[in-house]
Amino acid sequence: MSSFQQTLGHRRYIFDSLKSLLAKASPARSGDELAGIAAASMEERVAAQLCLAEVPLKAFLEDALVPYEEDDVTRLILDSHDPAAFAAVSSFTVGDFRNWLLAYDTDAAALSALAPGVTPEMAAAVSKLMRNQDLILVGKKCRVVTAFRDTIGLPGRLSVRLQPNDPTDDPRSIAASILDGLLYGAGDAVIGVNPASDSLQKACALLSLIDELRRRFDIPTQSCVLAHVTTTLAAIEAGAPVDLIFQSIAGTEAANRSFGISLKLLEEAREAALSLNRGTVGDNVMYFETGQGSALSANAHFGVDQLTCEARSYGVARYFQPLLVNTVVGFIGPEYLYDGKQIIRAGLEDHFCGKLLGVPMGCDVCYTNHAEADQDDMDTLMTMLGVAGCNYFMGVPGADDVMLHYQSTSFHDALYLRQVLGLRPAPEFEAWLESMGVMRDEQLQPVSERHRLLEGLLLGGTM
Amino acid sequence: MSIKKTLPKKSLVITDPWVNLRQLTDARIALGRAGGSLPTMPQLEFQLAHARARDAVHLVFDADGVQHQLQERGHTVQRIHSEAESRRVYLRRPDLGRRLDDSSRSALAKFAAGGDSGFDAAFVVADGLSSLAIHRHAIAVLQLVWQVLMQEGWRLAPVIVAEQSRVALGDEIGALLGAEQLAMFIGERPGLSAADSLGIYLTYAPRPGRTDAERNCISNIRPEGLCYEEAAQSLVRLMVRARRLRLTGVGLKDERGEILHEERY
Repeated sequence: MSSFQQTLGHRRYIFDSLKSLLAKASPARSGDELAGIAAASMEERVAAQLCLAEVPLKAFLEDALVPYEEDDVTRLILDSHDPAAFAAVSSFTVGDFRNWLLAYDTDAAALSALAPGVTPEMAAAVSKLMRNQDLILVGKKCRVVTAFRDTIGLPGRLSVRLQPNDPTDDPRSIAASILDGLLYGAGDAVIGVNPASDSLQKACALLSLIDELRRRFDIPTQSCVLAHVTTTLAAIEAGAPVDLIFQSIAGTEAANRSFGISLKLLEEAREAALSLNRGTVGDNVMYFETGQGSALSANAHFGVDQLTCEARSYGVARYFQPLLVNTVVGFIGPEYLYDGKQIIRAGLEDHFCGKLLGVPMGCDVCYTNHAEADQDDMDTLMTMLGVAGCNYFMGVPGADDVMLHYQSTSFHDALYLRQVLGLRPAPEFEAWLESMGVMRDEQLQPVSERHRLLEGLLLGGTM
Repeated sequence: MSIKKTLPKKSLVITDPWVNLRQLTDARIALGRAGGSLPTMPQLEFQLAHARARDAVHLVFDADGVQHQLQERGHTVQRIHSEAESRRVYLRRPDLGRRLDDSSRSALAKFAAGGDSGFDAAFVVADGLSSLAIHRHAIAVLQLVWQVLMQEGWRLAPVIVAEQSRVALGDEIGALLGAEQLAMFIGERPGLSAADSLGIYLTYAPRPGRTDAERNCISNIRPEGLCYEEAAQSLVRLMVRARRLRLTGVGLKDERGEILHEERY
C-alpha cells in the first residue's frame, strides 16, 4: 500500500493510504467526521487535495480501496472496467482529469465514450477537486438517456417521479395523490409508491391499481412499488403487473448484505422483469435508490469516505442498465450530512459521479426535520441540479411525504423548474398531457370538474 | 384592520376542482396554484408544520413521567441512558446513541447477575427522535401487548426506559438481559403531518452487531396512522412467529411487519 505526502511551508502532511488520502480530500461533512476519517483541519483537507491532484488515474486500478478478494462490488468494478474506453485519459493525473473534463472539446459524445473506462473511485476522486460550478458544468455535458414506456433524460427535458405514498397503503388515498400529480403534469419518470408494509399481497394490490389506471388512460409511463426485491420477485411469480424492479443499493458487498441483497439476486430479478417484456420504447427495467452514508450506517464502509462509497453504488447500478437511479440525498439525516450546505454539495457530487459513470441520475432533493435545512436549501439544490441536467426529481404532494416523514420536492417545484429553465416533460408523456388538456404551450391548463381523468377515476370504481 | 383584507383576491389563485378528494388522504393534494407555483396560504401552512416538527425534535423526554405511569400499571422499571449525553451529541453521533453509558451497563449487568435473566422477551421504551410519540402512545400499545403475552405465559423482563436512544441500543440491552427477543418502542423522526409517530423494532436474539435486515419494523403508530390495536396485534403475531422460527428480519414477513431498509428513527 502506497503512502502520500504533501509539504506546505514548514508542515509536512502524510497520508498513509490512497483510501485515507481520498477521505481527507473530501469537502467537509458530518458522516466522514462520524467515521473518524475526515481531515483534521482545513489546511490538511487542501493538502490532501493538492496531493490527490498528482495521483495518476491508473492508481485506482491498481490499489483497490476495498479488497478485491473480500468484496463483490470491487470485483464488479474492476472486472467490468473497459481499458479501451479508459485509453483517452489513462495518462492523466486526477488534476489533469479535472482540466480535461472542463475542456470545450470534451463534449457529450466524448463523455459517453469514456464512461465504461471510468471507475467510481476515479469519479469520486476528481469530484473532490471540483467546485459546485464544475460539478454542474460537467454534469450538464453528460447525457444518459433511458427508456421503458417513455424516454427519460433527453436534452431540454425534466421528468418527475410521482410519489403518492400513504402511511397505511390505502388505495383510495394513493389514487387521489396520483390524480393530483397527473393533473399537475407529473409522473413521466415513474409512478412509484413506497409501501408502508412489505406485504406481498399489498404490493400486488397496489401494482394492479396503478396498472389499471395507466391502461385505462393510456398513460405513457411505468409503475413501481418500491418493495424489497424479494417481494417484487414474488409478485412477478404471482402474476402481478411488474414494470420495474426497485431496490436500495450501496457501495460495498457487506452494506448490500445488510439490505438483504446480493448482486446475484439483482441479476435474477432483472432477468425476471425482462422476461415480462412490458416496455414499449425501451427495456431498462431497474430502479435503484442510493444515498451517501448508507455504507457507514450499515457499518460496512471499510474506512472509505461516504462519497466514494456512494460512487461505488453507481458502479453497481450501471451494470444493471437501470431506467432510473436517484440519490435520496438528505434522507439519512444530520449525522451524515449536517445542514443545507452539506446536502447541496452532496446532491451535486452524486449527480456528477453518477452521470460521469453513465448512470441515468435523478435526485430526491430532500431533508429531514432533524437536519439544519429548510425549503430554501431545497430550492437552491433543485435549481442547481436543474441547470446540471438532472434527469428527474420526485413529485410529492405539497413536498410532504406523509409516510416516510421527510420533505422532498413537489409537483409545484417541478413546474417552477420547467418554467425557469425552459424544460419539458418526456416527449411521449408531454404529448399525452396535451391530449388530455392538462398542459399546453408548456403551461398547466385549468381543468374542469368534468375532466376525463377526474370523472374516470371517480366513476371508474377506483374510489 | 383585518389581515384578510390584505391577502390577494381569490381569483389570483387557481383552485383545483378535486378538492373533495382531500378527505381520502393526509397528503397535501389540491393545493391550487398561483401560475404554476404554490399559493400563499398553503405555503405558510407548510412553514408552520415544519416549525412544529423542528420543535418536536428538541422536546425534552419526560423519562420520570413515563416511569411513573408504568409503575402505576404495576411494572418494574429500569432506567438507562445511552452514551450520548445531550440531544446535540445524539443528533451528530448516532454511534453513541447505540451504546449504553457505563452506569447503565453495570446496572443491567448487576440485575442479570441477580439470577433474574433468561427472559422470553424484553421491552424498551425509548425517546428516539420524538419524545412526543412516547409521551402519547407508547404505554397504551405496550399494555395491549403485555396483557396478551402474560396470558400466554411469556416470561417478560422489567420494562426498560431509555434516554437518548437509537434502535440498536436494544441489542446491548437484550444481550445483557439474556432476552430471547426484544421489542424497542421508539419515537420516529417527526414529519410535517405527524410529529408523534411511534415505531416498534423487533429483534430476535439481540446482541451488538445485529444488522437492520435482521429486524422487523412496525411504523407510523398513532391514532391517525396505524391504530394501537392493530399495531399490538401485529407485534404479538410477529413475536409468536419469531419465537417459532427463531429469527426476525427478511426471513420473517408479516402483513404489517416491515423489513427495515433504512434507518427511519
